[in-house]
Amino acid sequence: MAPFIRLTALTKRFDEVVAVDNLSLDIEKGELFCLLGASGCGKSTLLRMLAGFEQPSAGRIEIDGQNMAGVAPADRPVNIMFQNYALFPHMSVAGNIGYGLRRAGMRGAALGERIDALLKLVRLSGYGGRKPHQLSGGQRQRVALARALARQPKLLLLDEPLAALDKKLREDTQFELVDIQEKLDTTFMVVTHDQEEAMTLAGRIGIMDQGQLVQVDTPRTLYESPKNVFVADFLGMISFVEGRVTKCTKTGLVIDSQPPITAALDQQRGLASQLQAGDKITLAIRPEKINLSATAKGAVNEIPIVVEDLAYLGVASNYRVKTAQGQMFKLQQQQNRRADKPPEWGDAGFIQFDPADVIVLS
Amino acid sequence: MTGRISLPVMCLGILGFGILYVPMAVMIVFSFNAGKLVSVWSGFSAKWYASLLTNEQLLNAFGLSLFIAFWAATIATFFGMLIAIAFVRFGDFRGRLALSGLSSAPLVMPEVVTGLSLLLLFIGMESVLGWPAGRGVDTIIIAHATFGMCFAAVVIQARLRDFDQAIEEAAYDLGARQPFVFFSVTLPVILPAVIAAWLLAFTLSFDDLVIASFVSGPGSSTLPILVFSKVRLGVTPEINALASVMISIVTVSVIMAAYVMRRRLGKTG
Repeated sequence: MAPFIRLTALTKRFDEVVAVDNLSLDIEKGELFCLLGASGCGKSTLLRMLAGFEQPSAGRIEIDGQNMAGVAPADRPVNIMFQNYALFPHMSVAGNIGYGLRRAGMRGAALGERIDALLKLVRLSGYGGRKPHQLSGGQRQRVALARALARQPKLLLLDEPLAALDKKLREDTQFELVDIQEKLDTTFMVVTHDQEEAMTLAGRIGIMDQGQLVQVDTPRTLYESPKNVFVADFLGMISFVEGRVTKCTKTGLVIDSQPPITAALDQQRGLASQLQAGDKITLAIRPEKINLSATAKGAVNEIPIVVEDLAYLGVASNYRVKTAQGQMFKLQQQQNRRADKPPEWGDAGFIQFDPADVIVLS
Repeated sequence: MTGRISLPVMCLGILGFGILYVPMAVMIVFSFNAGKLVSVWSGFSAKWYASLLTNEQLLNAFGLSLFIAFWAATIATFFGMLIAIAFVRFGDFRGRLALSGLSSAPLVMPEVVTGLSLLLLFIGMESVLGWPAGRGVDTIIIAHATFGMCFAAVVIQARLRDFDQAIEEAAYDLGARQPFVFFSVTLPVILPAVIAAWLLAFTLSFDDLVIASFVSGPGSSTLPILVFSKVRLGVTPEINALASVMISIVTVSVIMAAYVMRRRLGKTG
């Protein structure tokens, strides 16, 4: 069976600029997929093509087996929740939610019942008579969601759904969005530049750069096993070490950086056969996987350092440390005890990390 | 807006508004003067208002001006809106610069020039096409609509530029098509500007003397033409009363427009 939503070799050119470049993607029914990328990566163009506001230069979009070429926005089984909600300012909440339903020919009691059900879904019962300007940001966002869900779209596009909310409200709202998505089993596609938003909402994330999908995976895989430097750098903090392979076995490799670093290949067995001594590669290590201590313990991957910079965050502290050879590492240390006396600026010490935690990038 | 307004600023404000409004206040007061002299107070009376109601010539001119202003404003707003939509929505179309020049030139053109050229146009049209037959109400409406249109275009354009196009896209997305999208979403959102444009065109037409005197014909004297010709024979308290009525009409309509806009726009954000 073909997947619910299938994009095949989708391309969009604006004069000389290629906004979306030969992009293919399958999305399953009921999935909460997130398209993550910096501004200008082509994600908005992709969204507009799915909604029907832009026509692809090449390639096809299929939704539930139906080719979308030449189908007007009004006729697509797709609805959008716009970034700034784009509520109709002159209509009441009920008028906004009912707009699409009226277009579908719904009238009278059936219309009223459906609007009430949608208001209940987004916890705004009794707000039907209000105007958008009488609502708070979070309430407006929920009206926009109800309006977009009213026509029971096969695909709901959410353009930066949380961007306009303040930090506290975002946390509540993102869980609520996931709840509603699970309850309705509608396919959601969130488009955002905010990695936290993507990580908390999505089942799968597609990282987009220069019109192409760089990697499509679960949030955990993207974070723990990024495919390349771009993905590793894009999601969260990370330190890179470059060097040539000096020794490579089935289970691990060593590179000639100063000092040498050992990486396990347990999770990336496939790589072992491709690599040989002398190959230039990049290793990466996440900050929370690095331990910082004042004294050496003689373990693998133990490197003497000096603290260059530190930022106290309460829960943890972020450090930038430097080896004698000038290699920088970013690391994060938890503050587990109130009495902890963590290293300060200029202090010397040792960092150490497990070879299994080292990410091997090609 | 915190802190006090300093004394010099206050004085300047009082002076400025004084120059604007004291003459009007004096005029309104003297419209209730019992005597026949315009500047000598001789007791309170509303008789000039009563005589206004029986002065058929004035009433006719008043009615005619309202009629002309209504239709001129309506036509001007319609075409002004089309110009505004062309500018804001159709991007860099061919002839944009020309249209922009053509639609803003009448804003700065001396009225005498506009009036004279329209008069020549109407005479030419009459001899070639046989229409309009002579000058009258229709020619004044056309003339007023022409320059009112330019003002309307400016007012509506400003609002349309602020218009979030995502709102229209939301309408398409929810299953609507043109022209339904325009009438259900675009027009209601820009309605305050459309009303403001209409009121502006209406007042411009209502108080225009110069252009109207070029393109009017016998039997189509608008109120300003009539007032002007009467004033040349001397100001009567009746004219004061008439002017007071006009001031109250304008005041009421401006307050109404402000109220409508405030309600419509709500609090933005």
